Amino acid sequence: MDELSRGFFQALELIFSADPALYEIIFLSLRVTGLALLFSTLIGVPVGATLGLSRVRARGFITVLLYTGMGLPPVVVGLFVYLMLSRSGPFGALGWLFTPSAMVTAQIIIAFPLVSGLTMAAVQGVDPALRVQVRSLGATRAQEVWAVLREARLGVVAAIVAAFGGIISEVGAVMLVGGNIEGKTRVLTTAIVLNTRTGEFSLAIALGVILLGLAFVANVAMLRLQGKE
Amino acid sequence: MRDLKPIYETENLKKEYAGRIVVDVERLAIGAGEMFALVGPSGAGKSTLLRLLNFLETPTQGEIIYQGQSVNGNLSIETRRQVTTVFQRPVLLRASVRDNVAYGLGLRGQRADGRVEEMLTRVGLAALADAPAQKLSGGEMQRVALARALVIEPRVLLLDEPTANLDPYNVGLIEEIVREQNRARGTTIVLVTHNVFQAKRLAQRVGLMLSGRVVEIGDAQQFFDAAQDPRTTAFVRGEMVY
Ligand SMILES: Nc1ncnc2c1ncn2[C@@H]1O[C@H](COP(=O)(O)OP(=O)(O)O)[C@@H](O)[C@H]1O
Ligand SMILES: [Mg+2]
Repeated sequence: MDELSRGFFQALELIFSADPALYEIIFLSLRVTGLALLFSTLIGVPVGATLGLSRVRARGFITVLLYTGMGLPPVVVGLFVYLMLSRSGPFGALGWLFTPSAMVTAQIIIAFPLVSGLTMAAVQGVDPALRVQVRSLGATRAQEVWAVLREARLGVVAAIVAAFGGIISEVGAVMLVGGNIEGKTRVLTTAIVLNTRTGEFSLAIALGVILLGLAFVANVAMLRLQGKE
Repeated sequence: MRDLKPIYETENLKKEYAGRIVVDVERLAIGAGEMFALVGPSGAGKSTLLRLLNFLETPTQGEIIYQGQSVNGNLSIETRRQVTTVFQRPVLLRASVRDNVAYGLGLRGQRADGRVEEMLTRVGLAALADAPAQKLSGGEMQRVALARALVIEPRVLLLDEPTANLDPYNVGLIEEIVREQNRARGTTIVLVTHNVFQAKRLAQRVGLMLSGRVVEIGDAQQFFDAAQDPRTTAFVRGEMVY
């Protein structure tokens, strides 16, 4: 208990002392996760919306694939990306292994099914009678689709926030493909693992507090958006 | 209302779902500016017929002539926008009452001007204009649905059981607005209801629909007091006719 409280106060000190190494880790985390989130949103939202709107038979199969993707163990994704990017792998020539690019790639694979799957669910959750009713009010096909997407917007935001929470706190994949190299690929989660192992608890706690804080801010932002409705 | 120029004429209109004929109407003419009520038990095909009249579905067979023009396949967006429906269970947008009422104007690229406020007053919702539509009571929601339909000044207003499950106060309000819309503004109204009393209160002409077919159509008084088909007499008396 003593160790914990001492660690906690040292952690606060570290956070407010603007320690450059600490901030480098934070910024790399945000950069990797931000980029991964951006790409998975740019692809995942249109894909999820299209699936949610379509009545094709094949949707059942794609849905199963997406839901499986949502439950993929991140460490398995890490292993897969590692093999793809390793020197003898098909994308070895890119030279991405143990760089932030590899980490972004792994996080996109983890986040994409979350964003598209939850977006699809949000779009399907819109009352099917809405389409007929806005059409009756004079909506064109495009206006009809737009109305459905607008109704699903909260669910889409929730999908993006869920994906953010999922990948910023993920450790297995980024550890494998990034390598936790100091000043290069060390992010919040991998730094926590390292500092805990080496007994540097105050630093580990400081990183943990920041990680929690980021997840907290994301969720508050989402709740505020929902409150505005 | 035989003196009115028909706004709709249908010929051998049929609609099938999965091979089952749900609507099978030999002839139906609806006069411009009239208030026509269609009564019949649940499952008779009334809602399906309204969807056909709103051009929301295409007939399996036969055709609908709207204002002298066959609408099969080649319907301009302007023409389609002359007809709208108020459904039994309205689905409103996650937005304020005002934005819901203004929605149809926005679809047409028109500004949400004084017409919206005027309409809100007309349906008694001016005080709730900024409230989220999702939080309204059933009767208030239905009045929003009526307001968003009327604000676009439709030529034809289709009403699909608009007051089923509503309290008498809201039923009275809605009936009064609908009556005024027809009498003072000349909007053609087709009212579907399983409530014969409502048909009697509002309509000038009434038709009975059973198992997809229109059994009898007549002027209101004749329909209720001197029906030709015994099934009409039975239905009007509240007896089972299925
Ligand atoms: N989209 C649809 N697909 C299949 N069957 C339908 C569909 N819409 C209506 N039906 C069927 O058509 C019949 C008539 O329905 P409906 O027009 O809703 O009757 P009403 O409005 O008079 O109660 C019902 O048996 C209903 O199950
Ligand atoms: Mg019905």
